[in-house]
Amino acid sequence: MGLLDYFRTTRPKSAHVAKERLQILVAHERRMRGAPSYLAEMQRELLDVIRKYANVRDDAISIQMEQDEDREILEVNIVLPDEVTNKGYDETGGKIDTTRN
Amino acid sequence: MARIIVVTSGKGGVGKTTTAAAMAMGLALRGYRTSVVDFDVGLRNLDLIMGCERRVVYDFVNVINKEANLRQALIRDKRCDNLYILPASQTRDKEALSKEGVGEVLEELSQDFDYVICDSPAGIEKGAYLAMYYADDAVVVSNPEVSSVRDADRMIGILASKSRRSELNEEPIKEHLLLTRYSPKRVEKGEMLSVDDVLDILALPLLGVIPESQAVLTASNEGLPVVLDEKSDAGQAYRDAVSRYLGEELPHRFIYNEKKGLFGRLFGG
Repeated sequence: MGLLDYFRTTRPKSAHVAKERLQILVAHERRMRGAPSYLAEMQRELLDVIRKYANVRDDAISIQMEQDEDREILEVNIVLPDEVTNKGYDETGGKIDTTRN
Repeated sequence: MARIIVVTSGKGGVGKTTTAAAMAMGLALRGYRTSVVDFDVGLRNLDLIMGCERRVVYDFVNVINKEANLRQALIRDKRCDNLYILPASQTRDKEALSKEGVGEVLEELSQDFDYVICDSPAGIEKGAYLAMYYADDAVVVSNPEVSSVRDADRMIGILASKSRRSELNEEPIKEHLLLTRYSPKRVEKGEMLSVDDVLDILALPLLGVIPESQAVLTASNEGLPVVLDEKSDAGQAYRDAVSRYLGEELPHRFIYNEKKGLFGRLFGG
């Protein structure tokens, strides 16, 4: 493996970039695999609501769903821009617990 | 009872049909009675790759609709007596394949054959779903390229959750990864994902690595499954993959740049 590692560290960018992008994307898609189908729509609607107050980019929201044995955790992360027009927040992130039986 | 093998990928153009043809011919050459079924309704191509396009009389949909029986529709390969092809229909009716109909045909094939290979269409629509639904084994074909690997992962998720085996809580489909169009030279230059990179992401047992090869195009030009080209790198790589599928342990070839022969041996390639 030592020799293999040598090749890995010396090789230029693009394959390495490809692997990193894939690892992030695939991990995300695997987490969302069992998630309810309304999440995407909910994400769009949340984005619309936030845009009433702050000018945020399309990727300002990330929604993750995780599952424990007896509960599901819905994690909504919203990144607000540095200069927020109405309110004074810089950045906020929140967790909503949804407990299902 | 036959083992049913689906050759699938999600993404199009990665080498599913080439692989289905090569695996089918490879298994048949090893003495197993093998049939290969084209699930790509509307875009039939397996017949062309197998070189039997002019012998198609009846097809898969005719058999499902009981317009022909299986014996009439199966085309016996001219180069290998153990191998039969069931061509797809060229109908544009997307609903032509039914779950029950496919199940009945595969059941009947299972009585007569050792292996039934299902050549899946691209995508995750009905044809791809039905191609994998009844499978015992899956060969997931991917290129060392981001969109192909992503789609392969998606397909792996579908194999695990949407198959008959998963619905019945049976032992899951046995999955294998086949990496095609691999260029050791470009991997060495850092321009292409390596075998290890793809395995890190997809975490499937590696059935084989098929090098990027002119032999594949030549073979399809001539309607000759590439395993029949014994001198070609791709042909040999497919033969190795078939042997591994049958349980033999073989070192992976064509992973390292030829000039690095010594390194290849050092790595235990």
